[in-house]
Amino acid sequence: MTVSTKTDQILSADGMPLKKSLGRALRHQKRRALMLVAPLLIFIFVAFIMPIVSMLFRSVENDIVVNTLPQTVMALQSWNAETEELPDEDVYAAFAADIKLAAETKTHTKVGLRLNYEQAGIASLFKKTARKVKKWDIESDGPFKEKFIGVHKNWGKIEIWRTLKVHSSRYTSGYFLNAIDMRKTAGGPKAQPEDKQILLLLFQRTIIMSLVITGSCILLGYPVAWLLANVPLRKANLLLILVLLPFWTSLLVRTSAWKVMLQQQGVINDLLVQLGMVSDGARLVMINNQTGTIVAMTHILLPFMILPMYSVMQTIPPTYLRAAKSLGATDWTAFWRVYFPQSVPGIGAGSILVFILAIGYYITPEIVGGTKGVFISNRIAYSILKSLNWGLGAALATILLVAVLILYWAYDKMVGIDNVKLGG
Amino acid sequence: MSALTVISRKPLSFVLSSMAILGALAGLLVGMGLKFAILGLIFGAVLSVGLSFVAICLLDNEKRSRWGLLAFWLVLGFFFFGLAGGLVGILWGWFFGWFVFWLFEGRYRARLHPYLTSRQVLWHFTFRVICGAIFTYLITPILVVMPLSFNAQDFFTFTPEMLQFDPAGYSLKHYRDFFNNNEWQRSFKNSLIIAPISTIISVSLGTLAAIGLSQRHVPFKRLIMALLISPMIVPLIISATGMFFFYATVGNFLENSLGVDKNFVGYIKVILAHSVLGIPFVIITVTATLVGFDNSLTQAAANMGADPVTTFFRVQMPLILPGVISGGLFAFITSFDEVVVIMFVGSASQKTLPWQMFIGLREQISPTILAVATILVVLSIMLLTTLELLRRRSEKLRGLSPA
Repeated sequence: MTVSTKTDQILSADGMPLKKSLGRALRHQKRRALMLVAPLLIFIFVAFIMPIVSMLFRSVENDIVVNTLPQTVMALQSWNAETEELPDEDVYAAFAADIKLAAETKTHTKVGLRLNYEQAGIASLFKKTARKVKKWDIESDGPFKEKFIGVHKNWGKIEIWRTLKVHSSRYTSGYFLNAIDMRKTAGGPKAQPEDKQILLLLFQRTIIMSLVITGSCILLGYPVAWLLANVPLRKANLLLILVLLPFWTSLLVRTSAWKVMLQQQGVINDLLVQLGMVSDGARLVMINNQTGTIVAMTHILLPFMILPMYSVMQTIPPTYLRAAKSLGATDWTAFWRVYFPQSVPGIGAGSILVFILAIGYYITPEIVGGTKGVFISNRIAYSILKSLNWGLGAALATILLVAVLILYWAYDKMVGIDNVKLGG
Repeated sequence: MSALTVISRKPLSFVLSSMAILGALAGLLVGMGLKFAILGLIFGAVLSVGLSFVAICLLDNEKRSRWGLLAFWLVLGFFFFGLAGGLVGILWGWFFGWFVFWLFEGRYRARLHPYLTSRQVLWHFTFRVICGAIFTYLITPILVVMPLSFNAQDFFTFTPEMLQFDPAGYSLKHYRDFFNNNEWQRSFKNSLIIAPISTIISVSLGTLAAIGLSQRHVPFKRLIMALLISPMIVPLIISATGMFFFYATVGNFLENSLGVDKNFVGYIKVILAHSVLGIPFVIITVTATLVGFDNSLTQAAANMGADPVTTFFRVQMPLILPGVISGGLFAFITSFDEVVVIMFVGSASQKTLPWQMFIGLREQISPTILAVATILVVLSIMLLTTLELLRRRSEKLRGLSPA
């Protein structure tokens, strides 16, 4: 070891200043750690983060109109949608050229479908028009205004052109407005017609029912967690099996079990009829409504409440309660003033976890919820898989994602994400 | 809380009035089913008090009394309700006998603090009954499914034959259906292809990353951790929506530009999606195991000339294996149980077992679902046992005594 004294620097064995040498070793360690994490990080980025980002992008993307009908969109720019006058001939001419080209490449149905979300009937209008326009000669067959109105009287209606103009921009806030029961119009955002307003109701129901489920989980979970934390460990481990077994059983199994139990010809109704509590003609309706969703989801999410509560209550010394009582507190005061405040972190952690899981639930409401007990997630699935309104589905999912992320931020502040335990 | 309380016999009036309440409740329950509730209530109370009196005062020998009560209820149940009634009679008779002497001898106080007032004792046991009810709520759905899967009828409820324990009421036909039906078998096979492969991917990448994350100096550790755990945080329906768009684009590219087989692309998409979902579980369990890992062991190995790969497989891996396996089990069950993402990303040829169950539950509900459900419950019991054994082993390896 050469130690140089004249430069006030300690040198390591190879003659490098020690500070530099240590810095290099640290960099090396960091690089090695990153190298180990890198494959997974890249994998998650490609297979998970990029899909989510693409979903965010989908919720505002609207280039189908401008890509399919570029000349029309250009021509429409000079038309004022606020007036009560139809667009000029050059708009119709441009539209004729666009739709003829689109009909040849068969993209007109997609635009029709896109605009149909905004105004019912446009899809069939586009189909019908494209069939006729295909036979026209763009160079010589003008003027087109009269011809279009001849094909379908709707082309003489101002609303169609307004819709076309409003939804011609490359990016749109339209899907988000739709997601909160509004629509984009030439005169700014307006409320949807009454009969189409459902999404806000669904959001509201999702939140209220998730709160009810969280509340019932607290009510049912607290006594169990208390019992688990206050019996001898050997007994607690045995009882814990009763909590962990449902936790580990397939979600589909539990949901089908509830379907079997809650049906009108199901186990619970049969039992009640046998016991004479309910007459055979008046069997309880417990499925395909909100009751079904709440009962089944409380059962499914209860372990997520019990486990965090239990881990918090385990750390509360039982001597505190005895001390409080020996100082003259009644049972209730001792519990409420001494035990309960210490168990609040457990309730908080469990509640946020259950609430987050509940607002994103899809399978169980879909099976036991009927039409009255479904959540916003069911609507997302419906938009994506059934009605194929992908933009709306993406917008709804984005709103839900933001809500969940805010809640997780709160969870992280309270419990810390890396403190997540997986029961057992 | 093991208090040594001296117990003493309780006055007869207390025991008999308690038994009257119990008998009245039971009589009410039976009476309501037979459409004479009030009569059942009175008769139950009288019978209960009478039996208790006979058992305590006349027989005056606990063992003999309890056997007598058991026999009495057995005969009564069998006489009125047949085989099932006899079985209920045995259970009820046993409970009745135990309860009478539990009250009479004051045994209920044996494990409680001597200074508790009678109201506190009452609350103590009421609380336990409430907890018992909640545990029942937790476990009943799973227990109900099992016997129903042996139903000989296509009903979703207990038939009178089943309740009478008539062998004709039971059959294995739903299990036969599961093993013979092509749809179910194909979906079962798909599950057995998709889940293990995605588990292998998530375990290998996840373990590597967890080792990286548990190094002493990791830049942006919190951010990386948050990113890696995010698939667990984001609700499945949102992940599914995102993957739906992105994987469709990627899949189209693979099919049309590279000419890969459509079916094969479908499997790749589903397997990748499921590995993503399994990764957070591997990360969490393996990093938790690595917390107790002694880093000087790897240094010692390096000191003796082992290269990093040998060190990893010969020193580190055997020690963290329990954590890796339990992470793998979590990942496996996540994939095996997953419906939402696969419905969005996959196509009909990748239909898995839960997907098939979901379709069955939503459209044409068939009792075969219950047979499948029972098989899955048995599977999860096995899984739970394995995890518990692994946890004990891991604690032993780390030098902690099993709890």
